[in-house]
Amino acid sequence: MEQRTPTLRNVAWLWFGIAIAVLVVGFRQAIFLTPADAAQGDVGRIFYYHVPIAMLSLLFPYINFAASLTYLFWRSRDPLKALTADALALASAEVAVVYSSICLVTGMIWGRVAWNIWWTWDARLTSMLILWLLYVSYLMLRRFSSTGQSQTLAAVLGIFAAVDVPIVYMSIRWWRTQHPAPVFGGGANSGMDKSMLPGFFWNLAGWAIWGVLILLFRFALERRRQLAEQEAALHAIEASLETPQ
Amino acid sequence: MIYLRHILDHLRKDLRLEWRSRDSINGMLFFALLVVVIFGLTFDPTSYPTTTRQIAGGILWVALLFASITALNQTWTRELRNQVLEAQRMAPSPPSALFLGKVIANMLFVLVVEAVLAPIFIVFFNLHVLGNAWLLLLILPLGTWALVVNGTFFAALGLRARNRELLLPLLLLPISLPALLAMVQATTGLMTAELDSIQINTWIKQLAGYDIVFTTIGILLFETVLNAE
Repeated sequence: MEQRTPTLRNVAWLWFGIAIAVLVVGFRQAIFLTPADAAQGDVGRIFYYHVPIAMLSLLFPYINFAASLTYLFWRSRDPLKALTADALALASAEVAVVYSSICLVTGMIWGRVAWNIWWTWDARLTSMLILWLLYVSYLMLRRFSSTGQSQTLAAVLGIFAAVDVPIVYMSIRWWRTQHPAPVFGGGANSGMDKSMLPGFFWNLAGWAIWGVLILLFRFALERRRQLAEQEAALHAIEASLETPQ
Repeated sequence: MIYLRHILDHLRKDLRLEWRSRDSINGMLFFALLVVVIFGLTFDPTSYPTTTRQIAGGILWVALLFASITALNQTWTRELRNQVLEAQRMAPSPPSALFLGKVIANMLFVLVVEAVLAPIFIVFFNLHVLGNAWLLLLILPLGTWALVVNGTFFAALGLRARNRELLLPLLLLPISLPALLAMVQATTGLMTAELDSIQINTWIKQLAGYDIVFTTIGILLFETVLNAE
């Protein structure tokens, strides 16, 4: 199969090494080098994990949206290319679910310590939860629909979900807001202390590299599954032709 | 004009089908009634009028949402019998006309259910609406349209799936959450008179915006779903 070239494998291992190295540096920065938060003490260090992952979990749905649109565009024009887009859509939806789950869990742990409650129906928490629900329902649809059409239906649902996300965000914001105001671009006193920046950016970079790694890994796996399926279909056709009548 | 006539034809066909069996309206009505009775039994609404006013809007919409899901599950299965759906796909009329006709038909069914259910609901829950009750005549159709337009679309989407009865709520509920929030907030605001009219207007506008956005995507993508093989 085309994907199993040694170069690709080496690049993947290199990427993996870089991800681990950046995450190690980020860990050192966030846990040992940055001074403890003035108000929250050491608990505030979960910030360096919670916030980068929350930001990244908002990125993957866009990839899913773009891949879904690409799939629908190529579906009748070039079905083989469309399958590639579909594999990317599936991979990005799965990574989006993983990242938003981690975001929800770290947020709940932080909330338990900082606010003394595990959960509150505040604007950001609720919209993140709905984002998670939307992409879990996307994966559910892929699991339940029959093989011939699941890609098309999933692409349609991906578009619906992507359109729903901003609407959810606006309506929930209208509804209520306990979560702190946006850290960046949220007014005159927003922004982080300079001492926090290295820990934050190393972790943001590390989790981004890691996310892309698992995204591509899942993509390659799905491509391999698709190619194996095509090959099996081809063999079945050949076998049926060889059968003496 | 031709497009409108196509929609009307589909609508007339669906209304006639429903008139002959009356399956979905009866089913929905009884189901919604049961939900209202169950909530009534569990909350004892007559003893706590203030709490009742605060939760009545939510209960009404939850009852309607679940009831319409039971009917929406059946709405496309009718078309599967005798390969009617295949005939619809080959028909020269645009697929979105089929979709819109179906949505309008379902909308009418749910509105009938609401018209019957609302008085029963008010009696059972001993409700005195404190706000401007006439606005409900705007909120109810807008909210119903939001549920029905997405519900009809996702029922078609899940039509050939393995367990479509389960799939519809799994897809419909997450997508409808912002609309549900808007309609429940607006209804509760009217019942308790705690929200001022500007806030209620904003919720109504959000609901209308949601309706417009999802009706548009539904019309655009319905052909893809109908011909997904």
